Amino acid sequence: MDFKLSDEQRMLEETVGRLVRDGYPFDVREKARTSELGYSAEMWQQFAELGLLGVPFSEDFGGFNGGGPELMVVAEGFGRGLVLEPYLATVVLSGTLINSLGSDAQKEKLISAIVGGELRLALAAYEPEGRYDHTHVTATAEKSGDGYSLTGNKAVVLHGDSADQLVVIARTGGKGTDRDGLSAFIVDANADGVSRRGYETIDGLRAAEITFNNAAAELLGEEGKAIDALEASLALGIVALCAEATGAMEVACDQTLAYIKERQQFGVAIGKFQALQHRMVEMRMELEKARSMTIFAACSLDAPAQVCAKRLAAAKAIIGKSGRKVAEEAIQLHGGMGMMEETAVAHYAKRIVLIDHQLGDLGYHMQQLERLLDVDDDAA
Amino acid sequence: MDINFTPEELAFRDEVRSFLDAKLPKDIASKVKNGQHLSKEDSVRWQKILNEQGWMALHWPKEHGGTGWSPIEKHIFEEECAEYGAPGVLPFGVNMVAPVIIKFGTEEQKQKYLPSILNSDVWWCQGYSEPGAGSDLAGLKTKAVREGDHYVVTGQKTWTTLGQHADWIFCLVRTDPSAKKQEGISFLLIDMKTPGITVRPLITLDGEHEVNEVFFDEVKVPVENLVGEENKGWTCAKYLLTFERTGIAGVGQSKAALKHLKEVARKVQQNGKPLIEDPLFRNRLADVEMELMALEMTNLRTVAAAQAGGVPGAESSFLKIMGTELRQEITDLFRRAAGPYAQPFLPESFEADYDGEPVGPEFANTVSTKYFNMRKLSIFGGSNEIQKNIIAKMILGL
Ligand SMILES: Cc1cc2nc3c(=O)[nH]c(=O)nc-3n(C[C@H](O)[C@H](O)[C@H](O)COP(=O)(O)OP(=O)(O)OC[C@H]3O[C@@H](n4cnc5c(N)ncnc54)[C@H](O)[C@@H]3O)c2cc1C
Repeated sequence: MDFKLSDEQRMLEETVGRLVRDGYPFDVREKARTSELGYSAEMWQQFAELGLLGVPFSEDFGGFNGGGPELMVVAEGFGRGLVLEPYLATVVLSGTLINSLGSDAQKEKLISAIVGGELRLALAAYEPEGRYDHTHVTATAEKSGDGYSLTGNKAVVLHGDSADQLVVIARTGGKGTDRDGLSAFIVDANADGVSRRGYETIDGLRAAEITFNNAAAELLGEEGKAIDALEASLALGIVALCAEATGAMEVACDQTLAYIKERQQFGVAIGKFQALQHRMVEMRMELEKARSMTIFAACSLDAPAQVCAKRLAAAKAIIGKSGRKVAEEAIQLHGGMGMMEETAVAHYAKRIVLIDHQLGDLGYHMQQLERLLDVDDDAA
Repeated sequence: MDINFTPEELAFRDEVRSFLDAKLPKDIASKVKNGQHLSKEDSVRWQKILNEQGWMALHWPKEHGGTGWSPIEKHIFEEECAEYGAPGVLPFGVNMVAPVIIKFGTEEQKQKYLPSILNSDVWWCQGYSEPGAGSDLAGLKTKAVREGDHYVVTGQKTWTTLGQHADWIFCLVRTDPSAKKQEGISFLLIDMKTPGITVRPLITLDGEHEVNEVFFDEVKVPVENLVGEENKGWTCAKYLLTFERTGIAGVGQSKAALKHLKEVARKVQQNGKPLIEDPLFRNRLADVEMELMALEMTNLRTVAAAQAGGVPGAESSFLKIMGTELRQEITDLFRRAAGPYAQPFLPESFEADYDGEPVGPEFANTVSTKYFNMRKLSIFGGSNEIQKNIIAKMILGL
């Protein structure tokens, strides 16, 4: 057992750390957030130059060949800076799915473009009536000429508003929540038959409702057999979200600690009040739990399927639970300042809470955990 | 022991209900129920209806136009208003500054200020908090220096709720910098149109403009605007606090919100079944329901004690903590009920004239902003930590 990062992982951590420290101060982020795009295209190019867009992909495409721990290191750094760019959508969710399912030709074209910063993607999997269930798919695709024709509605597609292309999950067989019959497709986001309603999310990101009406689609991988690859990408997404939450929670704790040391009321720093000291200690305890579970999840991706699923559900559930506590306490201990748009910690609180609404919330993951309760973890 | 309302109290409740059925404008109630913005005109329209009925000033003595209701009657009225979706009366004029003027003001002050408060012709805001004086209110620095027949006020107030709409502000100001903290403070009424006052908006984390900074740069305030004696403002401030805490439990609001939450949970589908059948969600609903029962009974016990002549004192601190935590918990459950649709931020949809398509289920568009906005409940009106300090000191003698 060794909790130390490898030299390569440490370099990655330093690269992201430096980028966020130097290039991502709060006011710069605010400018990018309120811009039309909602993030910075220049920053995205910097990600490409630093090799960050290639972290999970093979060296053949200029990638880093990274796994869970490498994505964790990157996402945690992004969480510290509340990074707005579509890394999760493009690299972690869509890119890894193309990497799992795509033909050599598709990968050559698409993955290289992702790594080079020329292609932004979004994963359109979840549907308006399906909540957090990725197997609830009613969108359908039928063969049409050389390709497919895709019809259906997709909900809250993270960064779907600005993506160049969409990775879409649709049924070519089965029904309801059948695992069989799910296929993955590439769809040009500006193609005929695709309409997008983009909007800001409460945590300052962007998303879209997307309707496909006989849109031209290109199949990725084998027809009807996308579920395992989809779940592998969602698992990476969960690791990235847990890590991002941990990074954001760390900053929320640090900023709150600094604030209660500095804020004077009744002639002393409010951090002198034992009632608040204990609250601060509890926040830190939640942070420790979150960090532990993130590491646990990041290092469990190669465990047997059920063990991996169980640990990831537990990790995301803890993040939901601990995240809420840290976010609410960070606001409370800041008093009125914590309620202000101009206070950085309010934005950390919003992102931490909203992470619980992506890729399954506390309730959803506790349900998964209940289902997997008898899976023997030692079997790993 | 009998926990039921008396026949007279039930008859009173019927009277309140018929009034609300007949007089509460439907468009306003619908905005309240859907969490949409109320305009200044909406609030004024409703408050004028209340005043016509003689039901505007719950806490004033009858001779000044108060209702003369017993604590239980006030409680019934507030519960029914919440149930019907009547907007809460803006407290700054009628429930805050007016009781202070009635108790400590001169006859001229009563003549001048009370009628326009009763008829909602003049809007007030509360100028207590300052950047350096929040929980430690007595640490305030805004100073008022007497020069002949007026004070010259210089300093800054902050978090001033609805200050952007206000005609007048009541302020705590320091008139004796050499005295002990609480002893050099005075209670001043200031016309917001006086030269030297600047109001700057503060935007809260949910994107709303509810609070403001108010700057005073050598603002001349006539001496007759002083309420009570000079340097005795802290007495006024403390007296006002007892009114600030009435209805603080928010039982009516929580009941209405829980009812709405259950309706939503019956409609939202999860795995082919209504969300309300999800054991985890149902468990949390049950938890809120029992907490609400406990809060309601505690509130009624406190109200009844006041009825019998006891003044609700430190007990109202229990109610503040329990009530605000419960309301916050309900907003958390709304957020969960919305699922992924808690994410979209569509401020334009909070306006009543919005005719765009909702994103996802209609209830979902306001849940996250509401959740974040309601964090304020445990911060203002004396933070919940300060309430615990009060209980520890006043009730437990620690
Ligand atoms: C939305 C909103 C609307 C408001 N409207 C108005 C208004 O209209 N008029 C007005 O005058 N004010 C208003 N306020 C201000 C409000 O009253 C203050 O925010 C409140 O008194 C807390 O002060 P503070 O923000 O300076 O926090 P601080 O006093 O700095 O407190 C920071 C944290 O320390 C804790 N703390 C402080 N002292 C102690 C202690 N002794 N022991 C334990 N914990 C302690 C607090 O509970 C809090 O968690 C509003 C505030 C908000 C958020």
